[in-house]
Amino acid sequence: MLKVENLDVYYGNIHALHAVSFEVKEGEIVTLIGANGAGKTTTLHAISGLIPIAAGSVRFLDQDLTSLTPHKIVELGLTQVPEGRRIFANLTVKENLEMGAFTRKDRKGVNDDYERIFTRFPRLKERLKQVAGTLSGGEQQMLAIARTLMSRPKLVLMDEPSMGLAPLLVKEIFDIIKEINATGTTILLVEQNAQLALTIADRAYVLETGRVVLQGDAKELANSEEVRKAYLGG
Amino acid sequence: MSTKKTAVVCFLVVAVVLLLLYTLVALRIIDEYTSQVLTVAGINVIIALGLNLISGFTGQLALGHAGFMAVGAYTTAALVMKLNVPIFPAMLGGALMAALFGFLIGLPTLRLRGDYLAIVTLGFGEIIRVVMINLPKLTGGPAGLKGIPTFTTNFFWRPVLSFAMVYFTLALVVVFLSNLLKSSHGKAIISIREDEIAANAMGINVFYYKIFAFTLSAFIGGLGGALYAPFFGYLSPNMFNFQKSVEFLIIVVLGGMGNLTGTVLAGIGLTYLQEILRFLKDYRLVIYPVILIIVMIFQPSGVMGLFGNREFSLTAIINKLIGKSPNREKSADKAGEV
Repeated sequence: MLKVENLDVYYGNIHALHAVSFEVKEGEIVTLIGANGAGKTTTLHAISGLIPIAAGSVRFLDQDLTSLTPHKIVELGLTQVPEGRRIFANLTVKENLEMGAFTRKDRKGVNDDYERIFTRFPRLKERLKQVAGTLSGGEQQMLAIARTLMSRPKLVLMDEPSMGLAPLLVKEIFDIIKEINATGTTILLVEQNAQLALTIADRAYVLETGRVVLQGDAKELANSEEVRKAYLGG
Repeated sequence: MSTKKTAVVCFLVVAVVLLLLYTLVALRIIDEYTSQVLTVAGINVIIALGLNLISGFTGQLALGHAGFMAVGAYTTAALVMKLNVPIFPAMLGGALMAALFGFLIGLPTLRLRGDYLAIVTLGFGEIIRVVMINLPKLTGGPAGLKGIPTFTTNFFWRPVLSFAMVYFTLALVVVFLSNLLKSSHGKAIISIREDEIAANAMGINVFYYKIFAFTLSAFIGGLGGALYAPFFGYLSPNMFNFQKSVEFLIIVVLGGMGNLTGTVLAGIGLTYLQEILRFLKDYRLVIYPVILIIVMIFQPSGVMGLFGNREFSLTAIINKLIGKSPNREKSADKAGEV
């Protein structure tokens, strides 16, 4: 579904990604794990077209994304849940969801999706007219995910959904991610919480200073000595 | 259906209020001095509303709206005086010329994030002023441009017509902006201010909407200038200095960034204050910043922040009076605030 090959990204003189290659197949949850500064977020931003790519290719559903602008990529069905939630704080919950559906023109489908979102996130329905900035951290993360789902994506890129949340909420968010995947949405998950990410993912790639250093089945990686030492605390 | 009814009632209320004001000015119950000040205030409010669109709602600081005002004013004057264009098409031409300048400035600068727009518009405002000084054939140079035809030469009707034109335009601008901002395009514009990266990630064409907002903002600024030329009948490049741009910014900040009602109130209030403080001569320029500092310390979200940053909405009031349930989504389609 998504094929990234030899991706190179620079921030000025800093070579952030070195020939990163990986693949996400339809229906999978794939996770990119790695320490701070490994290039996880950079990879997602490069895929979404938010930062320029120096070399390499990104193909999604047999289309080249490298020269497309971010909104074209969203229209193709690839949407990101940005790191740190980044909800529109002064807009209401409803308006945030509307913005998620911004690229869509099928009114009826959008209305159906509202209903679907409300059954999945009943708490958002209760707070529909509330200003999003007044939501709790967990609710904001749910809103960020719901907002992304409003674009009816085929592939969702999730950037650190567990960031800054209490353990109980993290579990809830990860249950939601599994649910979303179960209904047919493919997920590329970026996480620092490698342990948790590996329990729900099918496959995983380990990034280290801008390079893919390990890859494979999520369960195997979770058991591998190397990963345990580096990312799972022994 | 009843949304339509609300809109009609709205329109009628605005029309009646405007006509009432016009009558008061015509009968000199509002005396000529007051109506003159109110006319200036109206023009200031129009331009400040334009500035609020780009700085308050889109979150891109612009510091050169006196420049757009100058382009609108001088273009209108030139079209009328050199090409004998009738006044209304000339005013439209003035506003369009300002919009063109806005578009050309926005094209390279709005691609960049951060404060580039502020720097470039600051420069633009000064460049326009210097160009006007050095184009004496078109602008009369530093001595200014005299004898711009006014709306009417009739001594009695002149203040009435200026007042009427300005407040009619102001009403149009307010209704247009408040409807725009409630539409999905408006929400897209606001979401850029809220979080540019998230807006981008949601598939909003951030650059397009920034250009759109800035061009429209320049158009409205030019419209203010286009009204100013025939109202005043005289233009001088030094009317459009940096000080003037800052005045518009103070109106926006004092009223509340991203609040139309606040801009209207602050615009009228500050223009009046300037008249009241006239006895202080140049020292009044000190009062302005002091007010701004005090407001920034005690009420950083502006006057309307005191009211939860809500907008005055005629539609909501009318709906309440008719007894319709305040169904926000439906009634929000059309609002007239004056």
